[in-house]
Amino acid sequence: MEKRVFFKGWWLPALLVAPQLLISFVFFFYPSGQAIWNSLFLPDPFGLKTEFVGLDNFRFLLSDPYYLASFKTTVIFSTAVSVSSMALGLYLAALADRLIKGAGVYQTLLIWPYAIAPAIAGVLWLFMFNGNIGLASYYLKALGYEWNHTLKGDQAMFLVILASSWGRISYNFLFFLAGLQAIPKSIIEAAAIDGASFWKRFGTIVIPLLSPITFFLLVVNIVYAFFDTFGVIHTITSGGPEQSTTILVYKVFSDGFVSQDLGSSAAQSVILLVLVGILTVIQFKYIERKVHY
Amino acid sequence: MKHLKAIIASIAFFAMFAGTSLQAKVEIQWWHAFGGRLGELLDEQVNKFNASQDKYTVVHTRKGNYSETLNAGIAAFRAGQHPNILMVFEVGTASLMAAKGAYVPMYQLMKDAGQRFNPNGFVSAVSGYYTTTDGKMLSMPYNSSTPVLWVNKDLMKKAGLDPEMDLSTWKRVGNALDAAKAKGIDMPFCTCWHSWVHLENFSAYHNIPFATKSNGFAGLDTELAFNSPVHIKHIQTLGKWAQEGKFKYMGRRNEAGKNFRAGECMLMTESSAGYAGIKKEAKFEFGIRHLPYYGATEAPQNTIIGGSSLWALSGKSKEENKGTAAFLAFLSRTDIQAKWHQDTGYLGVTTAAAKKTKSSGFYKANPGTDLAGIQMMRNKVTQNSKGLRLGSFDQIRGIIDEEMEGVYSGKKTAQVALDSAVRRGNVLLRRFERANK
Repeated sequence: MEKRVFFKGWWLPALLVAPQLLISFVFFFYPSGQAIWNSLFLPDPFGLKTEFVGLDNFRFLLSDPYYLASFKTTVIFSTAVSVSSMALGLYLAALADRLIKGAGVYQTLLIWPYAIAPAIAGVLWLFMFNGNIGLASYYLKALGYEWNHTLKGDQAMFLVILASSWGRISYNFLFFLAGLQAIPKSIIEAAAIDGASFWKRFGTIVIPLLSPITFFLLVVNIVYAFFDTFGVIHTITSGGPEQSTTILVYKVFSDGFVSQDLGSSAAQSVILLVLVGILTVIQFKYIERKVHY
Repeated sequence: MKHLKAIIASIAFFAMFAGTSLQAKVEIQWWHAFGGRLGELLDEQVNKFNASQDKYTVVHTRKGNYSETLNAGIAAFRAGQHPNILMVFEVGTASLMAAKGAYVPMYQLMKDAGQRFNPNGFVSAVSGYYTTTDGKMLSMPYNSSTPVLWVNKDLMKKAGLDPEMDLSTWKRVGNALDAAKAKGIDMPFCTCWHSWVHLENFSAYHNIPFATKSNGFAGLDTELAFNSPVHIKHIQTLGKWAQEGKFKYMGRRNEAGKNFRAGECMLMTESSAGYAGIKKEAKFEFGIRHLPYYGATEAPQNTIIGGSSLWALSGKSKEENKGTAAFLAFLSRTDIQAKWHQDTGYLGVTTAAAKKTKSSGFYKANPGTDLAGIQMMRNKVTQNSKGLRLGSFDQIRGIIDEEMEGVYSGKKTAQVALDSAVRRGNVLLRRFERANK
């Protein structure tokens, strides 16, 4: 049953929601409004003069094949990061959940990578795969595989996915482990007594009971892949080669702050804003229905 | 207790004293892009200036690579937090020039400060880059270099080649690479700054336009033109070498320099300013050669510069501008310039510094260090070899790099890649023209 509380008068509820409204205004409505406003102008880099261009910035963007390609890159990248990090997180959590001795040590070690900032994680992986001094690229070469992610788009993509998923596995592991431990042992034991195999139990009991957490992680991971992987991409590939690792957010940055085209950058932010809005609606409207709380 | 009071009083007294003496000096902020050996040499110049007088203190800050420094400067300007002096690489020149009101032109700055300043003292091939068509110098040339061919003589011997062999044309270079590959040398050729060496300088050297309207000097309505048959032939050759494993791509900037200094790469095209690092780190015998060309064209024209100039940003007090002028005048002094030229491999940007270096016998003692200067000034400059003045050029270089990566990886032919780079670059030139009308 939902609980409903009614306030008498208006000032107390207004006061209680005021901080939230203020924060939303300062950190969301004001910057979004600025982005929408700026997307209609073509300013020079120094901000000395600006020209109203209407929707020209959007027209310019949508006729740029590299911008359209960046949508595809973003889909591939965020799907790969979310799926791989969630699958591995769940796998490790399932294993750690069965541990009897030394569980604390394993758990701590598995959570460790989460403490590393994305940009630093990026540099770590870059070192390992560096064409000059990298250990991984050295061994790959010994095996007869030519590694050069500065030139080969698929290798660059693989590397940024690897580096972005790595720290994320820990995060997902933590939530899945908590979820697994919250499942009453009695249900699983009852199923075991009825003769259900491990996979049967996992598929019909554990997965459905984990669905709220899986849903939460899916949303959070996609948001992560969309926005927080910036540091990894910036340190490893800077979006290259040939923009094969330029996801939408990185393009906002590189067009706005590297190329100083603030009009186009603002227009991209607006498109991204709409996109994330649609994505959130889809997630909550269609996927949440299938989730058991 | 009495002692304590005395101590506090004396500390307060000295603090006050120190405070006033610091306040009396005017602080001049300089943002630049130099780390490593170059950063040390720059620091040395600043310290020398600070010690030479007691009115101004120059404070220098490294803001990252060239692009990052320019972007930091522009962002700071928008926020009103910009430095007095900003180092801008040659690629950003057109963007600064178009931003009238963002900077104090050099001739104006010097005149207002009453500094004696002779723009004709600079080598014209360098100062022309930073001077308007009606002869007004807008920024101060700081470091200028030009691409040359670096040779690892030990690897040449290993490849069974004469280390002094003729490498003046790309055809001869190709033969040397074939021989090196046959002898199992892993990295016969590598290069830094792909667009700068293999398209921009390539165009000037072969006296063909990189862009219309005298490479942009004659107007904002310029269009890119680096998809001519000669350009395509060269880029296609590089692509072929990459496919055959004779040329290894290491990155867009000067990443390949690392491989050369480590003794892995036999021939490298890189700025003459690679000298500082190579001299310090190379554990092999190295040589410097002129940039190769295609024998089909007559003797090569001249190459153009890369590097940076210093811009005095606007919106600073008269007092600070005076300090900026004094510091920039100090930097163009002959002794400072000559030392900089000899330490770094950058060109001597004033004629006096070049003369001084020659008379000191430096070129004789360090063979090859004079090649860059000769290569730049060997002929009377033409419309195609004056330099480039293109808006959004940092971004256009990014496009060129991307397209060239497509050729090296074998995904595209040179024709397709260069046509696409020209088309995409022109879109940006039109956008720049529109924003700076």
